[in-house]
Order: sequence, then C-alpha cells, then structure tokens
Amino acid sequence: MRRRLRIDPIACDGFGYCAELVPELVRLDEWGFPVVRDLPIPEGVEGMATEAVAQCPRRAIYLQVEEAGDRRDVPSRPR
Amino acid sequence: MTAVGSRHGLIGPVAQADPAGTGGPDAPVVPRLLAGLRAPGGAPDLEHHHRVHGRLPQPDRRSHSAWSSRLLAEVEGAGLNGRGGAGFPTSRKVAALRKSWRKPAVVINAMDSEPAAGKDWLLTTGTPHLVLDGAATLARLVDAASVTVCVSEARPDAARALRIAVGQRAQAAVDPVAVEIRQPPDRYVAGEESSLVHWLDAGVARPLFRRNGPSDLALANRPVLVHNAETASHLALIARHGARWFRDAPTELGLDVPPSWGAAGTMLASVGGAVETPGIFEVPVGLRLDRLLAYVGAPSLTPGVLLGGYGGTWLPPEALCTPMAPEPLRRLADTFGISAALGAGVVLVLPPGSCPLAETARITRWMAAENAGQCGPCVFGLPALAEDLESLAFGNLRGEGFAHLRHHLEVVSGRGACRHPDGVVRMVRTSLTAFARHVQDHVAKGSCPGVAMPGVAPLPSRPLPGRPAGDRTRARPVGQVPVALSGSSRFR
Amino acid sequence: MLGVTTPLLWYTTRASGIVALVLLSGSVVLGLITSARAGTHRWPRFAVSDLHRKVSLLAVVFVCIHVLTAVVDTFVPIGLLAALVPLTSHYKTLWVALGTVAFDLLLAVAITSMLRTRIRAGTWRAVHWASYLSWPIAVAHGVEMGTDMRFVWVDGLVAVCCIAVMMTFGWRVVARPLRVGAGVAASSEHAVRMAREGRVTAAIVPIDRRPPTSAEVR
Repeated sequence: MRRRLRIDPIACDGFGYCAELVPELVRLDEWGFPVVRDLPIPEGVEGMATEAVAQCPRRAIYLQVEEAGDRRDVPSRPR
Repeated sequence: MTAVGSRHGLIGPVAQADPAGTGGPDAPVVPRLLAGLRAPGGAPDLEHHHRVHGRLPQPDRRSHSAWSSRLLAEVEGAGLNGRGGAGFPTSRKVAALRKSWRKPAVVINAMDSEPAAGKDWLLTTGTPHLVLDGAATLARLVDAASVTVCVSEARPDAARALRIAVGQRAQAAVDPVAVEIRQPPDRYVAGEESSLVHWLDAGVARPLFRRNGPSDLALANRPVLVHNAETASHLALIARHGARWFRDAPTELGLDVPPSWGAAGTMLASVGGAVETPGIFEVPVGLRLDRLLAYVGAPSLTPGVLLGGYGGTWLPPEALCTPMAPEPLRRLADTFGISAALGAGVVLVLPPGSCPLAETARITRWMAAENAGQCGPCVFGLPALAEDLESLAFGNLRGEGFAHLRHHLEVVSGRGACRHPDGVVRMVRTSLTAFARHVQDHVAKGSCPGVAMPGVAPLPSRPLPGRPAGDRTRARPVGQVPVALSGSSRFR
Repeated sequence: MLGVTTPLLWYTTRASGIVALVLLSGSVVLGLITSARAGTHRWPRFAVSDLHRKVSLLAVVFVCIHVLTAVVDTFVPIGLLAALVPLTSHYKTLWVALGTVAFDLLLAVAITSMLRTRIRAGTWRAVHWASYLSWPIAVAHGVEMGTDMRFVWVDGLVAVCCIAVMMTFGWRVVARPLRVGAGVAASSEHAVRMAREGRVTAAIVPIDRRPPTSAEVR
C-alpha cells in the first residue's frame, strides 16, 4: 500500500506549512504554492507527512492510496 | 454556398449538401451533420429535419435494453470520439454511466468556449433538432432522469432556436425526457466539463477539483454524462444509419483512410485566420490538412497553423501535409517533436510575414486573463508565462529570460484543478518547437518585422473582472485583457 | 447547586481569570502573526500556527476553570445561567454579561475549530473573526470586575497584554495589508507585487529560488 501526497489546488492558498514540514517531498514555487513530488512517501517521512496533512489551514494537502489503479483518499483525522 | 452570419468574422460561407454542386466538385466536404442546414434566421422545422435525416429510431418498452446494447455496440464499432476537445471514446463514457444505480443526468455542452470555433453555435442555430436527437438518444441509452443543453449566455439566438425546437418536439412527443435549455456565462473556463456541472448544480461557473477522477462529478446527486453538441449530433446519425455508414464517410471523397489512423466519420473544422473563405466545414476525419487549406484559400507561405484551439498545437509549414486524424497527428512527435491532436477542430492560419511568436504571446495573455482565479500556479503562472513570451516576441528578452520561460513551462503545467494551464503550456511548447528557427532569430536580434502585423486569433475582450451576469461566484477579480476584437477578413 | 464557599474557590477564580487573560492575549498575538504568515528559521510558519492553537486551547481551559469556580462558589451569586446567557446575573449585571459574551464567543471558536473538517470554510472563518471581539470584551470584564486590579503588578500585567495586542494588531494592519482572496491578481504586475508581498518570510528566511528541475516536478 503506497501512499502519496496530493494537493487540492483550489483549496490551497499558499501558506507553505507543507513545505516546511516535508521538504523532502514538497517545495514551494516562486509564488509560494507547493510543488509535490509524485513519489510514494518514504519510510522516515510518513509521520511528518501525516502532520502536514493535519496542519494545513485549508485542508488542501491530502494522502492518496493507489491500489491496483483505484485511487482512494486516506481520511484525515478530525481536529 | 450560402453565407452564414459571422461571429468574430470567423464564420463565413458554409458548404451545404446541394445536388447542384455549388460546393464544387473538388470540395473536400461531406455534409452529413450539415445536410439540409438552414441559414440561422430560418426557424427550426421538425418536418424538414425528418425529411432530410429520417426519423430517429425509438425502441419500444419491451426491447429497450436490447436496443440500448445494440446501439452502444454500433457506437463503439463506429469509433466515435468526443468532439469537445479531449477526444475520449464516446461508447466508453456512455457505458460507464449505464451501470450506475441512480438515473444519470445528461448535459450537452454547446458552449463554444473556444473563440476560434463556431461549430456548436452552427449546430444549435442551423440544425437544433439534430443536437436534440443526440440528447434524446443519450438519454435513452443511459435511462437519464434529466437532459440539459447548455449554450453560452452570449448566444441568445442559439438558445432561442433550441427552445423553439424543444417546443416542436414536445408537441410531437419525440423526446423521452423534457429538455431544459440553460445559459452559463460566456467565459473560456465555463465550457469546461466540471465548470458546466458546477454551474448547473451550484451556480458557480468554475472548475471543480476531482480527487478521485471524473466519477466525482454529480448533478443534484446524480452521476452526470457530459457530451459536446457535435458528438451528440454524430450519435443521432449513427442511431439512424449505423457504424458502417459512419466509418464510410471518407469513401464519399474517394479517400482511403486506414483503420490504424483511429479516424472515423466526419468532423466540423472551424477554419479561420488568413484564408479567403473562413468558415465551418464538415470534412472527413483523415482528410489531409493541406487539402483543406488549399480549398479555403490559405496562403502557401503561411508561417504556421494552430490546430485544435487555444490549448492546442502549432504546426509548422512542413507538417501541414498531415492527415487530420488522431494517430498521424500524434506521430508528428516523431518527425517534428510535436504531438498534435484535433481538439475542438479549430484551424487557425497565420498570414505570411506575421510573427507566430507574437500571436502565441497574444493568445497566452488572453488565456491568462481567462483563468478561473482558483489555483495559484495558474493565476500567477499564466501571466508570468505571458510576460516571458511577450519579452521573447517583442524584444526585451535578456539572457536568463529564456531559462525563465522554460522553467515556467515546467512549473505551471499539471498543477491546476482543470486542464486550462496545461493547454496553454502545450500551445506554447509546440510554438517554441514548431518555430524553433524563428525563436533563435528573436533571441539573437530581439524581434522581427512581423510583430507589427495585427493578430488573427479572435480574442474577445470580456467584461471587467468581477461577477459575470448570472454567475454567483465570489468577487474574485480575474485580470482583464484589453485586446481588441480581432477577426479575420480577406487575406491574400 | 452546590452551596460551597471556600477561599480556595475564590482565589482560583481570580487567579485563573488573570492567567486566562494573559493566555488569551498571547493567543490573539499569535493569531495575528499566523494570519500575517510570518515566520523565522527557528519558528517556521507551521510552528507559529501550532503554538497559536495550543495557547488558545490552554486559554479556553483556564477560562472554563474561571467560570466553573465562579459558578460553584456561592460567595458571589453567579449561577450557571448567568455564565452562559448575558445579562441574567443579578450581581454586577453588565460586567458579568461582558464576561459571559466573551466566554460564549470563545466557546463558539473552540467548537468550530474542533469541527473544522465538517463545517464550511466560510462558517469557520466568520466565527473566528468574532474572536477578535472577545478579547477587548474580556479585558473590559477583567478590568472592571477584577478584585486584583488594586495590585500594581496585576495592573502592569494587564497593561503589557494590552500593549502587546495593540502593537501586533497595528503591525498586522499597516505592515501587512489584509488580503482577502489571497492568490488572485488583477494583472500580471499586481500578481508579481502580491507574490513579493506575500512572501514576508522571504525577508526573514530566504526561500530557495532555484527552479526545480523537471525530474523533481510531478
């Protein structure tokens, strides 16, 4: 089960917390919006990725599971 | 040929099925959709429509399911692809919705949001009954609960024609579901599939972000099937005449179109720019582009042609002999580094001596102003791209400017909720590839004399930023592009 | 209700009130900095935002202790109703009402924040704007009702809180113009200007401006 980080570009408002928390996978473009690497999340980064999903003020970043070509969102924990 | 009313000066004479042969013996047109087309002034007439095309086959209650399966097989055999721009196989789209347990909603997209196209307008004003036949057929295929036809609110004539036609059909009781005519705002992104559904559902004409793919689209909690007006019209004819008839269109011109080309049926090409007779022509898919261009009087020294739409691909003069079919266009990538596609059927020809980079810059600037204002990379990235192109075209591109341009192309594509920025990036990339030598000239010398020529791409100036009428979006300003309406006129 | 009165309850009410006021002021200051999207190397923006959330939670806890002890204590005749509905207290009606209003607003903010994923973004934001109101109301309540205002150090503490909040508010409004619908530009020059303005952190933390290579961009 490989999880990837994805951004909802409409919700995203360029806060940039995700790039601070998961710099291995997210960097900011020159306008402050996230550019996410389309890779499965490496082992050591899982925790911070979950934290980034929880911390986004607009709930714009989320985790997606790809299983046999069928995409499914991982529900974020309620805060 | 009769002259049809003009929109941005693009639509000119349109070929009709006239046995007297006013289209000329060498006209590369196969009037099927446009057979018996009435000039827009003329009111819709159901009797005339039945005389020209015959009656639409209707299943009776008991054989409905068998009829649907057979028709779907015919559509698949016909190889009909969507004519809205994406070119997705129609049968697959329909089949996916037949399995849903809730009755779907059918939406016909006749928005013509590409300013350089006019085919949806032509179909809805000239032969609305054919479009509505297509809608009825789709409704029967998926057992729809509702049918909505969307025309731009800037096209009241199309809405009027459709409403008259719907009234005539209601009297004759030919439709399974009552058809509603709606008019979303006249913006480029309003014609995008999810924008349309979003507007119908919530009054907001902006694309939606679909986390789980196209299946996420819903209208009043029903799954929704969206098809272009031209696709629906083709469907209406396939229901009458079958797949073999559809596929045999090129043979009427004596053309040999191999099946490997992925070509089938006819398409409506909106030809404009520096041509003698701009207009909308129904040509067989697989016709060579240069043959069509010769027919409309395109100059032989044209610097290039934009194919598909403003999110489409540029073709250099050497590539114009390609057949207008999916596979050969895709394979242009091998020879020219450009993977092209038919898109919305737009063919825009540049005048000799003009600067293709200037035209690209103008179109990019217009497309940048047409963003929905939702996604940062598009809202900021497209104007940045437009600036880079303007520097390249009009001459103040400094050393790193080109690196900026390349970087922006990488960073803007694929990061929006819809394909708007992707289309612009593709258009720009193909421009840089198709006109590579010209680009080098610009980088070396700054500019070229061609930039002084007026543009040919129609770029309508839209109302000031804020809310377009009928759109309940929040007041997010979308930049205004003060580009005057540029239409085509006679060029030599 | 329990008929209890001990000096412990009374002192707890007063002390928790003071602590709540300090924490609330801290929360407002941090909230202003968060909305300004400011940060440093040591305090990245997510950390400022997280600290704001935690301080706010602590403030709400202390306000609850303050209200609870005041209600339970029979030394002052403030019942549960007076704690939740304004102007229903017989004792110092107006000033208790101010406290009640501030408490209600804080509860609304706390509840909407906990249910943030389930409610509309517009609703959450509207309620959060109301929290701006709760601070001055709470200060007025504290200054008028506070039995400890006779102590200089308490006066000083409240003054420091007020100055901190007002200075931060002034900075937020003047130095960082409030942006509504952030990320939308009316023209490309505006877009570039907004992009520069939006990057407050650029002044404090240089953002890596090296363009990503195509291998890194999805």
